[in-house]
Amino acid sequence: MSKLGLWGLKKSPWVYHVAAASCNNCDIEILELLTPRYDVERFGIVLVGSPRHADALLVTGVLNRKSLPRVMEVYEQAAKPCLVIGIGTCTCNNHIFMHSYNAMGPYDKYLPMHAYIPGCPPKPEAMILGVVKALSKL
Amino acid sequence: MSGLWNGWGLAFRFLVFPGFLFSVVVGLVLTWVDRFVSARVQWRKGPPFYQPFADLAKLLLKQTIVPKGAAASVFLLAPLLGFAAMCITSVLLFYVNFHLQGSFVGDLIVLVYLFALPPLGLILGASASRNPLAAVGASREMTLYFGYELPFLLALVVPIVKSGGAIRLGDIIAAQQVSGPFLYSVSGVIAGLIVLVTIQAKLGNVPFDMAEAEQEIMSGVYCEYSGAALAIFRLTRAMMFFLLPLFLVTVLWGGLADWWAIPKALAIVVLLILMRNTNPRLRVDQALRFFWFFLGSFGIIAVILAFLRL
Ligand code: SF4
Repeated sequence: MSKLGLWGLKKSPWVYHVAAASCNNCDIEILELLTPRYDVERFGIVLVGSPRHADALLVTGVLNRKSLPRVMEVYEQAAKPCLVIGIGTCTCNNHIFMHSYNAMGPYDKYLPMHAYIPGCPPKPEAMILGVVKALSKL
Repeated sequence: MSGLWNGWGLAFRFLVFPGFLFSVVVGLVLTWVDRFVSARVQWRKGPPFYQPFADLAKLLLKQTIVPKGAAASVFLLAPLLGFAAMCITSVLLFYVNFHLQGSFVGDLIVLVYLFALPPLGLILGASASRNPLAAVGASREMTLYFGYELPFLLALVVPIVKSGGAIRLGDIIAAQQVSGPFLYSVSGVIAGLIVLVTIQAKLGNVPFDMAEAEQEIMSGVYCEYSGAALAIFRLTRAMMFFLLPLFLVTVLWGGLADWWAIPKALAIVVLLILMRNTNPRLRVDQALRFFWFFLGSFGIIAVILAFLRL
């Protein structure tokens, strides 16, 4: 990608929210990011409705046998370059589902992950920091 | 027309000043105004002024995916249809406003048809994309189009009647320069309000955004678009956001050839933004009923009042 495109990507990462069997707490925290209290539209972050428009996929929850093909499909549908950011401890190491028979994680066995943001659920500030770090590595 | 219209002058007009570049830049700045005012209404800070340009730079340089099984040529050419129409509209609108004698008979009707091309492009593109959600969006867009076109045309009859049957924009503006803007009369106010609401529907802004409902049908008509094609759709929308208020100022509020046109157009834009921020989304059948029975009857009343010289 050219310099201009990279600048654009850093200034306006549109996110798509992939809830892959999360317990819903991480999702609530993501939605809190978009509320006026944190207002991430200041940084150009917008929640989009279709993975085709997405520049970053925010995946939450433990990866299991049912959700793995769906997550892979969503990733293939996204227009590249596209970051994948795992939100929550579930995405890092299966967390409380560690000994479950159908937990398949962590995500980087299957997807090119750009960042993991641990926490159960992570604080919104931690998510902003994680996204900033992922973007600054591009 | 005059000698200015050939060769480099023509290319300059289409590509730089009233045409492509100028209306795109002003339109993008207006979309920033839109997001900024919305942010202030919701008590937050809002994006920086270069935000629409960053979005655009990113989209233009991203991958453009053509979905499997889609009609690729229609899918990729559909965005250009509305975009080309808006470039022509901007040139025509500015030329007519600054050269009253240079307009041709029926340019009002030409403009009405040019403003119909962006929704047509959307419907074509969405239908070609082979996505069920986009098909739902396309059918909603089509219904919405048939809804708002009736009150829009009825409202445009008012300036025609008031200027003594002129369908040349030059004559309509000249009549307003003699008798004062048509908006300052009962029928003019009604027609202006009708055009304001239909502009909102043409832009697909919030009370009438059922065609691209993000939460229920995943951006609807834009669902399968990515990269440069999506960028062109956004450009078209930005240009419409600039040109439709100018059109309203031209036909009802005294034309553009004076400095007051700028605050007038800005006032219309701010009204549109406030309307967007204070209304929930309508269902498509509610919108149709609203346009045909409510605004349509007001349009007929406005036309009758215009015939009575009110
Ligand atoms: S990390 Fe915690 S909050 Fe997030 S999905 Fe897993 S269990 Fe739920």
